[in-house]
Amino acid sequence: MIEAKGLTKHYGDKLAVDQLSFEVRPGVVTGFLGPNGSGKSTTMRMIMGLDLPNAGSATVNGRHFNDLPWPMHEVGALLEAKAIHPGRSARNHLLMLAQSNRIDRRRVDEVLEVVGLSDVANRRAGKFSLGMGQRLGIAAAMLGDPEVLLFDEPVNGLDPDGIRWVRTFLKSLAKEGRTVFVSSHLMSEMALTADEVVIIGKGRLIVQVAIDELLAQSSRQSVRVSSPDIAPLRGALEKEGATTSVEDDGSLTVRGKDHKEIGELAAQLSVVLYELTPQTESLEEAFMELTESSIEYRGTNANIANALKEMEQ
Amino acid sequence: MSSTMTSPTGLGPHKQLPPGRYSLVDQMRSEWTKLVSVRSTIWTLALTIVIGIGVSALAAAETRSHWNTTPHFGFDPTSLSLTGVFVAQLIIGVLGVLVMSAEYGTGTIRATLSATPRRPGVLVAKASVFGIVALVVSMVTAFLSFFVGQALLSAPAVHATLSTPGALREILGTGIFLFLVGLFALAIATLIRHTAGAISTFVGILLVLPTVLQALPNSIHNDIERFLPSRIGIEVLSHGHQPPFVFTPWVGLAVMAGYTAVLLVIAGVKMSKRDA
Repeated sequence: MIEAKGLTKHYGDKLAVDQLSFEVRPGVVTGFLGPNGSGKSTTMRMIMGLDLPNAGSATVNGRHFNDLPWPMHEVGALLEAKAIHPGRSARNHLLMLAQSNRIDRRRVDEVLEVVGLSDVANRRAGKFSLGMGQRLGIAAAMLGDPEVLLFDEPVNGLDPDGIRWVRTFLKSLAKEGRTVFVSSHLMSEMALTADEVVIIGKGRLIVQVAIDELLAQSSRQSVRVSSPDIAPLRGALEKEGATTSVEDDGSLTVRGKDHKEIGELAAQLSVVLYELTPQTESLEEAFMELTESSIEYRGTNANIANALKEMEQ
Repeated sequence: MSSTMTSPTGLGPHKQLPPGRYSLVDQMRSEWTKLVSVRSTIWTLALTIVIGIGVSALAAAETRSHWNTTPHFGFDPTSLSLTGVFVAQLIIGVLGVLVMSAEYGTGTIRATLSATPRRPGVLVAKASVFGIVALVVSMVTAFLSFFVGQALLSAPAVHATLSTPGALREILGTGIFLFLVGLFALAIATLIRHTAGAISTFVGILLVLPTVLQALPNSIHNDIERFLPSRIGIEVLSHGHQPPFVFTPWVGLAVMAGYTAVLLVIAGVKMSKRDA
């Protein structure tokens, strides 16, 4: 369990994290979503006691990270790839971490095996690719077999094979009952990995929501209708309980009635239809709706749109 | 890299924690692994000894070869054989800087603090392990320099033995001075964090500051100079005839130890208050 309460961090007069509160529960993968520079890394660094908050607090299993008696046995974190001396071998890097928390040295070889770095364990880490650095970071996080895990952009620099591996890995960790908190600026990535997402923008909480709820939103159908005589059809649809909106090109987007019902209604009214297309909303649109309806949301539409666009890249 | 990847089966949360909490001994063991697992540290340690002895040997051999053509009033064979210290101090200082600045430069500090977050403990563990290694290397350098130097000062040159009055004091003092310089540099690096900045500061204090002081009038200059680490180092090798304005060898070493201790404490406090 990770808990953030009113977490706030300034760098000079720049506000990086602004009264951020959320909870990360065990047993599920919780995604931490936001555009680059929205304060995800800073938040994770505050949870790990690396950056000191200006206000508020972050706790892990009810305690400040710095007060944990055996930090590696309780929390594992991948905060940045290649936070390692280039002249030190992967094995020695893990060994020095293991020794500091009285972890058996056999465990070093175990985690190297888990992340697939056994063959290069004695090679100097300076020669590692970004992907290998990520794996080494994941190995370090797993050393103490901790219950709480934080991963900051773990798929950065990984090949498709590695990305798939990380997804499976994160899910299996959660299935074992661990708390898994993983950040990403990629909405599509989170949709595949996370059970729940904490979405932030400009250091502020936008919404914390189950991914199922998001998917339910995105699987919701709408129908695009165009007609030379749209007004009577629109009136009739709204009378029947559908919601409609007129698009820029003059077409109508209808929710709450499917294309058959709309077609039949048009026939009754003798309205000519040029187009009648069932549509599925994108995940992005679902995010938009959610964030717009969120009480916590205090940004502007343009900000959100930009943020989401950035996330999609 | 192996292309087959294993699933994390077999790992489980909710396991038993070891009793108590991580200790200074655990951290020191970790620091020892850090120190010996990077080739450059080993080289630098070896270089300290080799250069220290080498420069001393050169000085001794040179003196011996001109022995019959130069006057020898007040000649101290012991301090001559410890000349290499003035070069060795720079090398051990650079190592002291690197031991800490590399943590920040490479990002290892984040891994270190994620494993052992209490920061004063990190500094104490690192300073202890480096201090022990530095003390051993310093003493080895001082004693070997002495023995090699004396062996080269063959007759008719005068040479000293360990029982020569003042000889043992000079050797031990030199070893202690070298060791303190190393820790002093480590403390500077903890405050400055950047390798280049910390090395410049260290070299500035040791080599540039004395030159700058020369520009001041003698009355002021003499009052200040005795406090300089470089002057303290020179006086450790003094053989009875010290000018009145300087510290005696042991007092000087105590002052140097005081600087190092104060810097380390400030560094520890600063470290706790700053973002890593």
